[in-house]
Amino acid sequence: MLSIKNLHASIEGTPILRGINLEVKAGEVHAIMGPNGSGKSTLASVLAGREEYEVTEGEVLFQGKELLPLSPEDRAREGVFLAFQYPIEIPGVSTTNFLRTALNQVREYRGQEPLDAVKFLSLMKEKMALVEIDQKLLSRSLNEGFSGGEKKRNEIFQMAMLNPVLSILDETDSGLDIDALRIVSNGVNKLKSDTTATIVVTHYQRLLDYIVPDFVHVLYKGRIVKSGTKELALELEEKGYDWIKEEVDSTATV
Amino acid sequence: MSKDNQILEDLNSKEYEHGWSVNFETDEAPIGLNEDIIRWISTKKEEPSWLLDWRLKAFKIWQGMTEPTWANVNYLKMDLQALRYYSAPKQSKKAKNINEVDPELIAIYERLGISLNEQKRLQGIAIDVVLDSVSVATTFKETLGKLGIVFCSFSEAVKEHPELIQKYLGSVVPMTDNYYAALNAAVFSDGSFCYIPKGVRCPMELSTYFRINAANTGQFERTLIVADDSSYVSYLEGCTAPQRDENQLHAAVVEIYAGAHAEVKYSTVQNWFPGDKDGKGGIYNFVTKRGICAGDHSKISWTQVETGSAVTWKYPSCILKGDYSIGEFYSVAVTNNYQQADTGTKMIHIGKNTKSRIVSKGISAGKSQNSYRGQVQVMKRAHNARNFSQCDSLLMGNQCGAHTFPYIDIANPSAKVEHEATTSKIGEDQIFYCNQRGIATEDAVALIVNGYAKEVLNQLPMEFAVEAQKLLALTLEGSVG
Ligand SMILES: Nc1ncnc2c1ncn2[C@@H]1O[C@H](COP(=O)(O)OP(=O)(O)O)[C@@H](O)[C@H]1O
Ligand SMILES: [Mg+2]
Repeated sequence: MLSIKNLHASIEGTPILRGINLEVKAGEVHAIMGPNGSGKSTLASVLAGREEYEVTEGEVLFQGKELLPLSPEDRAREGVFLAFQYPIEIPGVSTTNFLRTALNQVREYRGQEPLDAVKFLSLMKEKMALVEIDQKLLSRSLNEGFSGGEKKRNEIFQMAMLNPVLSILDETDSGLDIDALRIVSNGVNKLKSDTTATIVVTHYQRLLDYIVPDFVHVLYKGRIVKSGTKELALELEEKGYDWIKEEVDSTATV
Repeated sequence: MSKDNQILEDLNSKEYEHGWSVNFETDEAPIGLNEDIIRWISTKKEEPSWLLDWRLKAFKIWQGMTEPTWANVNYLKMDLQALRYYSAPKQSKKAKNINEVDPELIAIYERLGISLNEQKRLQGIAIDVVLDSVSVATTFKETLGKLGIVFCSFSEAVKEHPELIQKYLGSVVPMTDNYYAALNAAVFSDGSFCYIPKGVRCPMELSTYFRINAANTGQFERTLIVADDSSYVSYLEGCTAPQRDENQLHAAVVEIYAGAHAEVKYSTVQNWFPGDKDGKGGIYNFVTKRGICAGDHSKISWTQVETGSAVTWKYPSCILKGDYSIGEFYSVAVTNNYQQADTGTKMIHIGKNTKSRIVSKGISAGKSQNSYRGQVQVMKRAHNARNFSQCDSLLMGNQCGAHTFPYIDIANPSAKVEHEATTSKIGEDQIFYCNQRGIATEDAVALIVNGYAKEVLNQLPMEFAVEAQKLLALTLEGSVG
């Protein structure tokens, strides 16, 4: 479904991603771990089409289509969803209104009729139950004054509403207490299917107890330096990243 | 930010959609301004002599005045002698009701999306339409008449209700008030009049629709709204003008009188031609709007969505004379390309326990300049006066300007006056967030701007709010890359 080949990207002339290769198949969950500043959010942003990042090399195929030439909105409409590490506030715009606009534009792109108010509302009700989100939150200004946990839960709610093919969750677990973590993870798990795929970016093994990955990758200095199964996450939890850093840094200097 | 340069290059505003004019036969005054022209207008309108005298007095006063220069706007002065002060579509006979109005005129309004056919009108809105200098049609007159509500053109009111006009004309905005108000008093051609009797709640929105059609014609309408004790009315005003290369002058006066326990809501969606994207043409909108809360516990609310005009100079104000009276001002002013707006309000607290609230949301894009100018004045005997002002500015790109000029003048120490101001930019991260959910950039801007202006838009009657949202989006189309 997603095929990243030798992806290089830089910001303001500084290279951040230095040759990422990753294959994600339908039905799979991939975890991307790695120390702060290793380029995890950059990778997520580049996939979503953030313009500040300049792709200097490489290509990305999404469901057989070149992803990189597409505008951010068309990538979203094709089914790429990014749950933001730091969700953005939009004063005066409710989540409901925001999602109605979004969903109808996505549907239009896919040649579907816009959802009328009644159908939209019943879809909302269904998805609200999935992430146990309060209706009151959805009529407030989007992310404005939301707690960290509410913001993350709202991201997953949006994901549920938009029904993406590929979901990229950027540190969705940070800011969540144990209960919220369980609820959010349950939501993500229920949305999984054998036609969709998930990339979870996280620092902690904790999340991976709930959203069990098929593969774990370690990103360091803009490259995937180690890949494995869920046991790799356990090992990282136990030993930290230093041993990997040393491994990489010593081979790099040789 | 990397997008800024692109924003500046991508400035290409949406063509103004009401920029067409129609040729039909007109009754026109000769070009120019002098006493004879004023007599000509007054004769044409078959006015009583007291009104002619009133006009001539205003003209004398105006001759002694100079055009104000304190506003933060720059424009080429108009040659007021080169304008025509009266232009009316020729109707074969005077229309007594809507069914007798010239179908050609009805067609003009249909084209603007305004149906004068009462059956086709949205329920609950009565409308008075003013084309160039004169009112051409008023709908729902009979329905309102049963409640004792008078809603008609100004000229008709002069004939049918001279005592009301004589009592209230110029009582809120005196002819000496300012240059444009004096000019208006001398040459005003028509407008709307509305009287709500004691204790009556007007069951529908009253609405005036102004359109300038003729070239080189100034539009000087006067609106007078009188809400007697314990009455209520909500009044809407909309406007369009054709697209022309020259600037056209619009200098209206609106006066509102609210008796004890009366409430008047006045909403405007202003969509005059703003000039093209190079700043050519457009309407000069120099308007004086003021209301007096004359009785205790009365309330006047101004809501305005200003999207048009090349230059806007406008300060809808409230004189809070009655004790416990309330004045409100909610404004969204959008400027794009080379538009200039200097707008705001004055709240003058005279009575005890008077309250005022100001919410101003400026949005500037392109090379435009957007100023808020507001005065809060608390007089000596206005014990316990309260004011809250919120003035926000939203900038799009870095070639536009937003300015805030608050004036606070307090003569009673018990007053509580709060002023908050913010300036923000539409963030790329906000737009990206919307994009990532599948929302195109233009729609993202519309969504963000409408969210920003929500507190003001919420004050508008439903159908108007929807229109206003679309207008905001249209005005800003193409202003973010
Ligand atoms: N806008 C930016 N300007 C300059 N450097 C940036 C910018 N965004 C990210 N970086 C740098 O890119 C690197 C990777 O950041 P990021 O992808 O956020 O890491 P992670 O998500 O793995 O913690 C860091 O060194 C960070 O400082
Ligand atoms: Mg990150």
